[in-house]
Amino acid sequence: MPFDIPALRLGKAYTSLETTEVKDCRTGEVLARVSQVNSGIIRKDLAKIGESRRALKQVPSEKLIDICRVAGELFLNSTLPLGEGQSQTPRQYVETLSATSGLPFALVRRNMDKIAQVLGNMRRVLRGLTRSLDLSILDRGIGEHAGVRISFYPAAECLGVVMPSNSPGVNSLWLPAIALKIPVLLKPGREEPWSPFRLIQALMAAGCPAEALGFYPTDHEGAAELLRGCGRALVFGDQSTTAPYAGNPAIQVHGPGYSKILIAEDQIERWPDHIELIASSIADNGGRSCINASAVVVPKYAAEIATALAQRLGPVAPQPAADDRAMLSAFANPKMADAIDAMITEGLTAPGATEMTAIYRKGARKVAFEGATYLRPTIVLCESFQHPLANREFLFPYASVVEVPQTDMLGQIGHSLVVTAITRDMAFRQSLLESPLIERLNLGAIPTMQVSWDQPHEGNLFDFLYRRRAVEIK
Amino acid sequence: MVSQPATTQSAHDQLDSHVREMIAWHFSPATGCPFWLDWTRKVGWDPCKEVRSFNDLIARFSHFQDEWLRDLQPDVWVPAHYKGRPYNIFETGGTTGMPKQRIGWDDYKVDYEEFSSKLSDRHFPRGAAWLMVGPTGPRRLRLAIEHLANFRGSPCYFVDLDPRWVKKVIADKKFDQARAYMEHVVEQAATLLKHRKIAALFTTPKLLEALGEKMNLHETGIRGVFCGGTTMNPQTVRFLVEEVLGDGIGFYPTYGNTLMGLAASAPLRPEDKFSITYYAPQPRAVLRVVDPAQTERTVGYGEWGRVELTTMTKELFLPRFLERDEAIRRQPREPYAWDGVGEVRPFGAMEKTIVEGVY
Repeated sequence: MPFDIPALRLGKAYTSLETTEVKDCRTGEVLARVSQVNSGIIRKDLAKIGESRRALKQVPSEKLIDICRVAGELFLNSTLPLGEGQSQTPRQYVETLSATSGLPFALVRRNMDKIAQVLGNMRRVLRGLTRSLDLSILDRGIGEHAGVRISFYPAAECLGVVMPSNSPGVNSLWLPAIALKIPVLLKPGREEPWSPFRLIQALMAAGCPAEALGFYPTDHEGAAELLRGCGRALVFGDQSTTAPYAGNPAIQVHGPGYSKILIAEDQIERWPDHIELIASSIADNGGRSCINASAVVVPKYAAEIATALAQRLGPVAPQPAADDRAMLSAFANPKMADAIDAMITEGLTAPGATEMTAIYRKGARKVAFEGATYLRPTIVLCESFQHPLANREFLFPYASVVEVPQTDMLGQIGHSLVVTAITRDMAFRQSLLESPLIERLNLGAIPTMQVSWDQPHEGNLFDFLYRRRAVEIK
Repeated sequence: MVSQPATTQSAHDQLDSHVREMIAWHFSPATGCPFWLDWTRKVGWDPCKEVRSFNDLIARFSHFQDEWLRDLQPDVWVPAHYKGRPYNIFETGGTTGMPKQRIGWDDYKVDYEEFSSKLSDRHFPRGAAWLMVGPTGPRRLRLAIEHLANFRGSPCYFVDLDPRWVKKVIADKKFDQARAYMEHVVEQAATLLKHRKIAALFTTPKLLEALGEKMNLHETGIRGVFCGGTTMNPQTVRFLVEEVLGDGIGFYPTYGNTLMGLAASAPLRPEDKFSITYYAPQPRAVLRVVDPAQTERTVGYGEWGRVELTTMTKELFLPRFLERDEAIRRQPREPYAWDGVGEVRPFGAMEKTIVEGVY
């Protein structure tokens, strides 16, 4: 029996007459029917959002951190409600999410751990976001920090979130909003209702005011309403989804990351030491994250490095979802795999690029395995950054290797969510630190996928949700 | 007014007899229009002899081409009987380029007077004012609504909405402009509702929703809402009924256009789960739900198909026009003894994203 997942209207279950189906990507079996809300429902609920904010504000920050901790444990270990009179064990969550998203069990579990850790480490996360602010200042709206009187007020009464379907780990990005006392109204990705619904259930079970949590599966119109009406919003998606919102200060856009690994001249002779780090930055989490490296930029040895990566990743093939060694994720929508495969094949016809994985893969890039479609890792050696395949990001382990003189690197890499720069050259480090193109900078041999809880992850949610005001009291 | 047939058989008989009467009217030089009289000369068969029933009509006529309404001068559609009497010109479409035009005299009055009997006096009190918020201009709807209100002894206020402009800005992805325009329309309606005693409202689902966000419609005095124009899936209907209108306001969804007239909906029952079924004003107009690949055959009950319209009045003969809509074929249902069309939506809606916009 499929799960009937309702919408949650400010915490209250609402079963719509309109549903979408979420299917097993291997068997086509319907695993969930998800209630879809019309945009009018979102506007109607937004009109009452003040009450939600008041309810959440009343809970002291310390208590909210504790609620998050408990929610993390529940999310990881407990049976939680899912749909009317239905519930889901952690194991069912892993298996169902794997079946619908194509992620192998091991990757789902890793994402699950990541999310639970954000909840468990909320104090450290907030310390990073707020630069060690005494959180009781958010309870009172006013206080003292480093001997200076400060006051913060929320930039919006709630945070709207339009989620993707690619990887459950991205849910970790909105969770701090609850601890920061800002209600969250969320539209799940069409194929991934599971994680946000389970997180919301965990938060409610841990004592978070239900009215501060909204789960609104909806269409494009409804998504646009969330983004427009919430005051502050996060949107995830490819360039075409997110482009209309670029430059809108109320909307934080999480598009492709174009994350990169740079090796500078001072370290390039030691490149073989870094192949494992580069390979894991490309392929961890099935290559689905925006923090996966999609380009490797080096001053020389590009061909050698590309060959070494191809030897390492080329043989990686699909394995059963339940196999702990499985590294690749199946495509929930096989048409997307077709399109990506075609784009790469097309790109390779432009002169100046060679696919290095082809000989080590022994077979096609796109393969069917146990009824699902996979793309196998692909490393392309590009002669320049101008090549159409040089600065691309796809939903599987894909990277280009490009030779660029160190002095030209910053001029060519373009916007990059994460840059791991392997260098000890202080002058180069300085220019990296100065660059406005890099959102997160790893100096040294650090995988692009590594997350520190006290560093703002992608954009600073606190700065996004709160404004500081000048205040005088007499 | 023709009396309503009680059984499907009597509805069939009534329709067949109406078909014979209309064929005789439109294909006789004494009463018909130049277009159909010319057409008969070209096709080489005589509808008066060969079309004796609605089934004959389906078998003998191919689909009416809507370009004829765009490309030909309106005069070709004037039946000899109406010659010399000035007509109304009603338009449809026309977002870009030349719109399609239908001419008429009294049809809209007949349609809306008949529809009046479907409205309860509790929801549409006789004599109390109406407000129409929707496309006016060259559309039949504007005159029709005013006539309906007047027929019930009521005056009607108007706020215009230009759907061609809305379609244009949406096609250009200027969503801010579309939103601003909708707010402009809703503002005007809200102002009228605040300052005038108004009991009945005609509008589109989107505008109704937007008005409901601005004010409590029941508290402003609205008792009945007559809605039409665009797709209303069951969830939209449920939302409007439960959360915009509430118990105190009667809701009357309709499906209509310039070429057909007005199809009323059967009152909702709990088992309908907010799925609306419309019934054409038979025998003046007939709606069939046909297999898109084989349009002479209708789909089974409960199945989706394309909507085909045949209009037969003394003013207009329009056989087998394929609407740009699809619907579920529904069983006859009291008080209608003929097939209905359920959950009408743009043709191919499941395959492509619908951009229906704000109106």
